[in-house]
Amino acid sequence: MHEVSAAPAAHHGPPTTFIRKHVFSTDHKVIGIQYYHLALVAVVVGMVLSWLMRIHLGWTNAAIPGLQALSANGAPGGVMTPEYYLQLMTMHATIMVFFVLTTAPFAAFGNYFLPIQTGAEDMPFPHFNMMSFWVTLTGFLVLVSAFFVSDGPPLAGWTSYAPLSAIGKAAGPGQGAGQVIWATALGIFCVGQLLGALNFISTVLDMRCKGMTLSRLPVSAWAWFITSCMGLTAFAVLMPACILLILDHVAGTSFFIPSGLVINDQLIPHSGGSTLLWQHLFWFFGHPEVYIAIVPGMGIVTHVLVTNMRRPMLSMKAILYSMWALAFLSYMVYGHHMFVSGMNPFSSLVFSFPTLMITIPSTIVVLIWIGSLYGSQLRINTASLFALGFISMFVSGGVSGFFLAQPSIDIMLHATYFVVGHFHMVMGVAAMFGIFSGTYFWFPKMYGRMMDETLGKIHFWLTFVGTYCIFMPFHYLGWAGNVRRYAAFTDDYLKPLIPLHQFISVAALFTGAVQLIFIYNFINSRFRGAPAPPNPWEGTSLEWIMPSPPPWNNFGGKDPVVYHDAEQYGVKTASGADYIMQNSPEQALPGGDGD
Amino acid sequence: MSHPDVALGGHHAPAMEPSPFAIPAIKLAMWLFIISDIMTFAACLVAYGFLRNATPNWPRPYHSSTIISVLVMTVILVTSSLIMLMAVRAARAGDRANAFRWTMVTLALGILFAILHVREWFGMIGQGVTLSTNPWGTGLFGGAYFSVTGMELLHVIAALIALLIIGLGYKSGRYGAAHVENCNLFWQFINIVWMFVVPLVYLMDIAS
Repeated sequence: MHEVSAAPAAHHGPPTTFIRKHVFSTDHKVIGIQYYHLALVAVVVGMVLSWLMRIHLGWTNAAIPGLQALSANGAPGGVMTPEYYLQLMTMHATIMVFFVLTTAPFAAFGNYFLPIQTGAEDMPFPHFNMMSFWVTLTGFLVLVSAFFVSDGPPLAGWTSYAPLSAIGKAAGPGQGAGQVIWATALGIFCVGQLLGALNFISTVLDMRCKGMTLSRLPVSAWAWFITSCMGLTAFAVLMPACILLILDHVAGTSFFIPSGLVINDQLIPHSGGSTLLWQHLFWFFGHPEVYIAIVPGMGIVTHVLVTNMRRPMLSMKAILYSMWALAFLSYMVYGHHMFVSGMNPFSSLVFSFPTLMITIPSTIVVLIWIGSLYGSQLRINTASLFALGFISMFVSGGVSGFFLAQPSIDIMLHATYFVVGHFHMVMGVAAMFGIFSGTYFWFPKMYGRMMDETLGKIHFWLTFVGTYCIFMPFHYLGWAGNVRRYAAFTDDYLKPLIPLHQFISVAALFTGAVQLIFIYNFINSRFRGAPAPPNPWEGTSLEWIMPSPPPWNNFGGKDPVVYHDAEQYGVKTASGADYIMQNSPEQALPGGDGD
Repeated sequence: MSHPDVALGGHHAPAMEPSPFAIPAIKLAMWLFIISDIMTFAACLVAYGFLRNATPNWPRPYHSSTIISVLVMTVILVTSSLIMLMAVRAARAGDRANAFRWTMVTLALGILFAILHVREWFGMIGQGVTLSTNPWGTGLFGGAYFSVTGMELLHVIAALIALLIIGLGYKSGRYGAAHVENCNLFWQFINIVWMFVVPLVYLMDIAS
């Protein structure tokens, strides 16, 4: 019998109206699901944009049906202009990085499971939490509205380098209103993330239940905690950068616009600014952002693996310290994005060193995963498959990071598809696999029904093969000198690469279509899946002690008491189970596998 | 921390073992917000320094009248910091009348600071400084000057509104000592930021 203390926990009452329950809810679980659904919508939009781009890259003159309706100027007759290609690229990247990779693994799963895993009834500031979602949603809607202004969305890329991003309409379509909308949307997004990070950190530091020492927190909770520390500090730098960019557009300042800039034979009437300043501010945020996208995935994957391996990690402490090291170092490496920016070459050297150093904690985490998996009898289910896929993608994408960390090599590769392949695998696909792993793992808890495992496994294998087919060739393209950000490859030396681009495009369309299996499985299981037991995966952490789905107040008004860390797997118990739940006072008997 | 007022801010797990981190959630949130705001100000101040160093014809417009005015503003802020601490001490002791009085004195000094700040701005505007032009050098100067000092002024105004609301609320019993303490944290933080703004923006560019 699991003991719970009988302390009353009247924090906020149960929601009574539909609006309070499902729309403007202060329940962290509802907010988590709202974030998840936002990410689902965003990922569909982002993926369709990538389809359009891939079709254009493979078959440059092909007319895409319906595209003209989206933008008559950008795609006359359905054939996109080079500028419109860049506009779609900018929106694809911005939506994916901010509203999928940050929103799903961190804000969605973190909101739902962080308070539960710490044993709290809710976060300390439920209203801030609700605002956090609605502010983020507003940011998304503002961003998407850029499609519907006269010139369409901006074309300066998700990094929005100045002066392209700062000089306004002279820089091309979308660089007027579109760029201002972009900067406004990200400023709004930063506010939402600040509110979220305040809640996450104070939940971990202030709301843990009795017995839940920091060292007993499940690894996923640690990952969200570390990520929120990054979110608290990184987005705070992006916000003023966006404000300065907006001022350059609307107030006539020239923070990011240098003197004497001539565009289309016209002297730009600004003087004195620095284009490098934007890159410094942006990447000081941008590199931690990469880890904001990936660290929650690491936590989720570790949590999923340890549950399915049925034994502890070789060293959970080393994983935790490594994640902290990643977070800390992520602030010192940002200059490696700027090796070709004209920055002092000595600075490149200085940034190269911590960049190579940051591979050490990443490698430690991977080695501990692989070492722990070695000889374990891993339960193969969709969640654990996606966790393995995460490791595969993280390693494959991470290895190319060694090349790019060195300025001498990076200068050759920086503007090529090699970089595109690198970051798509290591922060895009790997993070997506973390999201999928978390989805298949926690779906029963979130929705009270099991997902279809057969469809899940088909989804995994097709996605796994498909993504390798898309992103591995990017590296070869890079070596072959295929520049990135080009809308078409008409130069002589690029023409032989077009068949490879066509292959990638087919793979992208295929892999995208495969996601329909996931969406079908998600929706179908939501309504027709088998009812989920409280603890379908025999996990030990606190989310598994409650019914699926949990009641509005998580632990039914009682505060759980915790006796163990979340790694009590492979143990021998009196009841015959091979695991002990965190809230069970039972002690392991000698002779278990985990000893 | 034994005053019942302090135990605000959400539900606490009852029998939690003593933890060095177990501070009231609203106070923790204020500290976290300050950390975040430090990053925002740092970005602004670093950007200012970066642009100033990267631009050869950066103006040096400040004469002794400006510097004296800025020093007076600084003295006012430091005094208000001290008085705000007296408000916190009174609030911790449950002395609502005195806590309210000192909060209002802080508020008055803050308003005086803001008025002098705005007067400073009008002085610059009167000399022909706009966001994109000025009579002395690079057009960038005005934008940078108004952004950094405007950011500070915006924070001061936000803090003044908070002081007013919390001060009145504390007097009427709506808010507790923890709220007064939170106001204090924010106020002290803004004052510390001002100590960075003064040398960077004013003292480095005194007219020769």
